Amino acid sequence: MAKRAAPEVNAGSMADIAFLLLIFFLVTTTIETDSGINRKLPPTDEVVDPPIIKERNIFTVVVNKNNQFLVEEEPMDIANIRQAAIEFLDNGGGTGDEACAYCQGPKDPSSSDNPEKAIISLKNNRETSYKVYIAVQNELVAAYNDLRDREFVRLNPLLGLTFVEANKRYADPRYESERKRLKPKLDEVKAMYPQKLSEAEPSKNN
Amino acid sequence: MAKFKKKQEGGTPAISTASLPDIVFMLLFFFMVATVMRDSTLMVQNTLPAADQIQKLDKKDRVMYIYAGKPSSRYEDKYGSQARIQLNDKFATVEDVGAFVLAERASKRQELQNVLTTALKVDGDTNMGLISDIKQELRQVNALKINYTTRLGDYTQNTKK
Repeated sequence: MAKRAAPEVNAGSMADIAFLLLIFFLVTTTIETDSGINRKLPPTDEVVDPPIIKERNIFTVVVNKNNQFLVEEEPMDIANIRQAAIEFLDNGGGTGDEACAYCQGPKDPSSSDNPEKAIISLKNNRETSYKVYIAVQNELVAAYNDLRDREFVRLNPLLGLTFVEANKRYADPRYESERKRLKPKLDEVKAMYPQKLSEAEPSKNN
Repeated sequence: MAKFKKKQEGGTPAISTASLPDIVFMLLFFFMVATVMRDSTLMVQNTLPAADQIQKLDKKDRVMYIYAGKPSSRYEDKYGSQARIQLNDKFATVEDVGAFVLAERASKRQELQNVLTTALKVDGDTNMGLISDIKQELRQVNALKINYTTRLGDYTQNTKK
């Protein structure tokens, strides 16, 4: 038995297999795309008479040069900013025409009237670190997204998607057919909690 | 003992090269996976901050990139360690941003000129002063759509010292 030489394995098909794999990976590979937080800058032309905004409708976040936060005149840790922003946006303290039917907040008269009026103002120092600034931006966007998710699921319980997921799907070319169906639903929720994030020009001191 | 004699009869057998394509393709795959396509060589440090509430930046033809950060170590001697702006392949000052945006805009197709996004790829340790200056310049030339390019991650990574 041991005398018999091992038969040569036919390697002719090896290249074919390798090519098959190569083609498979070529087809399935997508080149990585960048992602980030989208923002829109305000236009430069001066508004002639700026609308008067009540103090209670503004949620001020200040970041100083030591990367510390001051939220509504109170020092705060970044971990609490999201919750504070949600509470402010979802307060719904307005009455009559300004009442907010879908808000679940405490309806505190000293906080925002309704999400449409609520404005978050973010102010930073020239020496604030960029990554801390992004962290705050991220948390404030997260506050909007949390509220939008809640309303989106409440309005469209059968869809099985949150606002963020639906938005992602809307942008995805693979779900082109669903676009028309998703757009009014997304717009509705966006109108309920419009993202009003104002970035003030940075200060040199404080 | 005849058994052993017989084995040496044919000399050393040829090494099978059948696995050679596999090895080559394995290398090919490795490089395919590891390759990142880059338009311009980075001359600044570029550790992007982390965020998780992000949106994808599709359609590369509608995006122009502005890099900023401290000059990377090989340029440190020449340009110092102050954060700088990089446009295309050169260092630039804040005043150059407007001209850069206008030039980029002019190079795009007509129908895309109004939907361009400016992606700010800024190192996490940069001061906001520089970014505010860039933003002011962008406002001057009416390039209002911006994207703070980040990497996916928890925001708490940013606040660690």
